[in-house]
Order: sequence, then structure tokens, then C-alpha cells
Amino acid sequence: MTATSTNIPKAHDVPVPDVDVLKGWLLDMLRIREFEVRSMQAYQNKLAGGFLHVYNGQEAVAVGCLGAMRPTDPVITAYRDHGHALARGLDPKIGFAELFGRIDGCAKGKGGSMHFFDRDNYMFGGHGIVGAQCPLGTGLAFATKYMDEVINGGRSESVTACFLGDGALNQGAVHEAMNLAAIYDLPIVFCVENNRYAMGTAIDRCTASGGQITNRAVAFGMEARTIRGMDVIEVYREMKEIVEWCRAESKPFFLDIDTYRFKGHSMSDPRKYRTNEEEAEFEAHDPIDNLSRYLTSSKLMTEEEIKAMSKSVRSEIREALEWAKKSPDPDVSELHHDVYADTWGPYTGTSLPRYMLEQRQAEGGSGHGA
Amino acid sequence: MAREIEFREALREAMSEEMRTDPRVFLIGEEVADYDGAYKVSKGMLEEFGPRRIIDAPISESGFAGMGIGATMLGLRPIIEFMSWSFSLVAADQILNNAPKILYMSGGQLGCPIVFRGNDGAGGQLGSTHSWCVESLYANVPGLKMVIPSNPYDAKGLMKSAIRDDNPVFCLESERLLSITGDVPEEEYVVPIGKAVVRRPGSDCTLVAFGRTVYFCDEAAEELAKEGIDCEILDMRSIRPLDLDAIVESVRRTNYCVVVDQSWSFASVGSEVAAEVHKACFDDLDNHVHRVHNDDVPAPYSFELEQEMLPNARKICEAVRAATYNA
Repeated sequence: MTATSTNIPKAHDVPVPDVDVLKGWLLDMLRIREFEVRSMQAYQNKLAGGFLHVYNGQEAVAVGCLGAMRPTDPVITAYRDHGHALARGLDPKIGFAELFGRIDGCAKGKGGSMHFFDRDNYMFGGHGIVGAQCPLGTGLAFATKYMDEVINGGRSESVTACFLGDGALNQGAVHEAMNLAAIYDLPIVFCVENNRYAMGTAIDRCTASGGQITNRAVAFGMEARTIRGMDVIEVYREMKEIVEWCRAESKPFFLDIDTYRFKGHSMSDPRKYRTNEEEAEFEAHDPIDNLSRYLTSSKLMTEEEIKAMSKSVRSEIREALEWAKKSPDPDVSELHHDVYADTWGPYTGTSLPRYMLEQRQAEGGSGHGA
Repeated sequence: MAREIEFREALREAMSEEMRTDPRVFLIGEEVADYDGAYKVSKGMLEEFGPRRIIDAPISESGFAGMGIGATMLGLRPIIEFMSWSFSLVAADQILNNAPKILYMSGGQLGCPIVFRGNDGAGGQLGSTHSWCVESLYANVPGLKMVIPSNPYDAKGLMKSAIRDDNPVFCLESERLLSITGDVPEEEYVVPIGKAVVRRPGSDCTLVAFGRTVYFCDEAAEELAKEGIDCEILDMRSIRPLDLDAIVESVRRTNYCVVVDQSWSFASVGSEVAAEVHKACFDDLDNHVHRVHNDDVPAPYSFELEQEMLPNARKICEAVRAATYNA
């Protein structure tokens, strides 16, 4: 990294946040894990349809990266998106309702597992086509910079986090997005969640990069770094440095985050392409256990407190799931709603999802849509 | 007061006027800035608006189309210039899978107010890869709007409507029409999307035309008038929404209908119009709807072959004579 601003902390100088923040991260990771465990059950029970890609094992990536960002820094990701949405503050009950295709879901049951959107929390999806979110992410970074500099005449203030998997690295759209980010000096971190497999194809069988995917960034003259992704504190400290550098310099960054997907690519994956030994090795580095161990060994939390937190998360997620099960299916009139922003022919215009309207009503707003 | 300006100037005026009043609007595309536009549509705009709003893009359609779509999610209103719609095919995932679907997939959270514009259809001997008529491919997709102006007045008015629209709008221009001139008012006006206009009134047969095919229809109508067949030409101006009411109104008077669509015939805009007219005018038609399209072949390079491939006046005359039992 060639950071020139002196006020940017180096990763090793980034202080470990105080105990309340760490407890918040533990809570977030427990929530995500429990949400995914329950999602898998719901899928088996046919409550959820389509494809389901769970985030177990990668929790420290979303929680650590987003923990290093401002709440108004835009976030976008691919189809394994539950973790990012929850880490950004999506209520699990709204997530479950989406998963079950119900009207109370974040996309009114029209998006499903792969399309968790939460605009109020600057979470811009949830995108199903591998790599297609990267040009969009570049557009988010372009927009924040344009609004700050061209419209408001100030300096660029926001940084976009664009998550992608290692499997996306061979999509043309990703290369195009990185080139654009580099030539337009856009403040964006391409967070590559490198879980070593593009679906069932090991990275060394499909990605030519001289053994280091950060080599891909060299071609764009883009700063890059590889970090370990199983320790949320480490992810946070690295990301914090990178995000502040991007913010100060208005430049893109390629971040290779070494992580592991504990479950299969999707629910239909028998995982024949990897060994039990390999899985066991990574499960021994469970990010939730890692943070729990840190908290207990630093005497910031007791094992009992962690157990109690875990128990409370289980009951919160169970309640969220029960709430979502009671949410009605969308009315058939929803079929022709939200297709166009205006009303014509069979199309009935658009409106925000119910949870956003309620939020606005609670805040005394008008509830008017986009 | 109207003055006569070129089609490309009309497009430029529309974009410039909207950019003056709305700072969220910007133009991005290959060669739109320093080069003044590959077809000079954006000539001089860099000078007025600067490089932050008139943006040269690399040859990277999927990238810059997607970047524009992403920018709408935070409220910007981009105009994406494709040098040719033929080049949009490499951006198909972004313009078909993202732009028209984000509103739906996000359950109404995020609209996509964006304009995609560029040359569509055969140019002058450009060969098959550069002569795409994308209307039949893309009009199939719900969530987008599509306009196809035939003259400077409509080009400006429709472009202004497209920029102000809260949906993705695909604007299909024609390289063959960019230099034509026509009266354009100096005063502010817009042409609403989804409204056809009668270009030539007539009583014997309705010609439903899109974009450049209006001129082929004009030529045919002149020829047919000599034979005593009085054609009415409807310039559809928009493909989606399609102004079916205007077609029905005309066909109820003429009882005959010929659709002239420059894309291939199979599963096309023309076949859609024919199906809808058959349904809506079943009792009014005195013959089935006839269709004139590009020949069902890749666009050839040879001048003679290309002219023969187009839905030209000769083919339209033949179709009208057949439709009206004058063959």
C-alpha cells in the first residue's frame, strides 16, 4: 500500500475495539450462524424454495469488514448474502419472511434468498449472477463520489464494499468493473471471499493467478492484500486500514480474504470435491469460537455469559422464524406491482416493502417510495 | 419558433437541456467526450459540462452499463451511450438482468432510472455483427421501456421523456437517420412515451411502422397512391409500451393492416403487433395482418444484398397489394 495520508492507521496500530463492540460482533456472528442453521432446516421442511447458499464459516468476513465501515458506506454482494444483510442490520424476521416468499420479506417475497436488499441500511443486494454485482458496486462508488464531488462540490466521503467470491474472479464483468474502478479512481474495496471453491471446482483448477489471486490486481495497478478471514478482529483491523486509505485516497483496493465455507455451495451439494480432513481442519478455526476464546481469555466475557448470549440468540431466531411463518403469501395483485415505477397497462406502480413503510411511519415520515 | 436541425442535434439538445436542469444526469460511453462522439451526437457537450459529467468509457460495455445501473441505486440518472446497440449484446446481463428487474427483485426498494441509447439496425454495409436490430430481442423483457424515433422532433421529445422516466428506457436510434433534418421548436416540449402518431392519413390500409421503416413506408405509400391505394402510416415511436389503441383506431377505419418491422420475423415486434391486432380487430379485418421484416438472414455486406434484405418499399408494396387483394 502506498498510503500517503499520515492519519490512516496501519492495521497493527488499529486498536481492538472496546468490549461492547466485540460483544456486538459475537452477537452478530451468532445470529448469522443460527439464522443459517434454521434456514437449512426450513429448506429441508420446504418452507424455503429455490436455491439456498448459507454463510456458515464466513461470518467473520461480513461482520469484520462491515464493522470497519460507516453505516452509510454502500455494501453489495453476490447470492450468499444473508450474512451481509444481517450484519448491516436487517431484522432476521424480515430475512426469514423473504426466504419463505412472504409479503413481509425485504423484497415482498419477490427476490428470495439470493436477493436480500435493505436500502435503508445501504445494503444494495443480494445478486444472483456470479460477478454481475461488481459493475453495480463500481456504480455505487461512482455515485457516492459523483454526489460528494460533482453535485455537492465537496470531497469524496464514502467507500463501497463490493463482496465477491473467488469463483467470480474469472467473470469478464469483474475485470471490467476493476478496470473502471481503477481508471476513475473510485473508492471501493473488492472484498474477495476466497473460500477456495467456485461451487465445486477448487481454485487452482479454475483460476490462473500464479498461486496468488492478488496478482490479478497488479494488472489494474490496484493495491491488494491477502488477509486471514477466520478471526473477526483481524479482519476488522485490516479492513479498517484499507477502508480509511480508500476514503482518503479515493482509490480502489483488492482484498483477498482467506476463509472457508463450512457447508456446501448450496443445499444440493454432496461436497465430494473436498475431504473430511480438510473440513475438520477449518472447522477447528471456527470464527465464532475464535472470538469466544479471545473474549474469555481476555476476561471480557465468561463462558456462562457467552452461553447465555447464545441461548438468547437461539430464542430470538426461533421467534423470528415463527413470526415469518405467520406472514401471509403475497397477494396475487403483487405479481404486477413493482415491475414499473409508474402505472400503465397491467402494471400497478411500485411501493416500498411493509417493514420500510412501518419504519417510516414510526419515524413520522411519509413512507413515499424511491 | 421552430428551426430545422439534424436528428443528432435534437438528441444533443435533449440531453444538454436535461443536464442543465438536473445535476444527477450524466452521459457515459465510448468516445462521447474527447472525440465528440463517434457519430457526433455529443459534440461540444464535454466543453459545456466537463469531464465529470461527459465521461469517456473504455471499450467495456458490460462494465460501464453495469456501473450506470449501480449508480441509479443511489439516485443518479445516467445516460449510457452504446456506439451501436450491436455492442450491447456483451452487456446483455447488465441491461436485461439488472436494469429492468432491480425494482421487482428488491420489492420496490430500488428503481432504475437510466437511459440506454445508440444506433440500432443496419447502417451502411456494416455486415452482420454491426447491424443488429435489438428491438425484438429486448422488447421481450418486462421492466424496460423502448422508444424508436424516426425524426428530429420525436428524437428530442422522446429523449427528454426517457431521461425523466423512472424506469430503464432503451432508445433506439438509426445511424441512417442521424443526419436528416426536421423542424424542432425552440420552446420546451416532450413527446410522451407510448404514444403513436399518424404520419400520413389514409383510408385503404394501415401501415404500422417503427423508426427508419417510416421512410420505407413513405416511399411505398407514394408508389401505391399511384395505383389508387391510399395508405395510412402510423409512426409508433414507442415499442414498449405499445400504443395498440392507435393501431386499432386506424385498422377499424381501413380494415387492412401491414406491419413493417426492421428486425427478424420470428418472435418479433412485428409478430407481437400482428397477434394483438388479430385479437383486437378480429371483426374489423378483411384480411389477416401482413408483415414485412428484414429477410431472415444475417445482414450481408454487399450493398445490393443489404438493400434487398431490408424491409424496403418494394416489399411493403407487395405486402399491401396482397393484403388488400390487389396483387
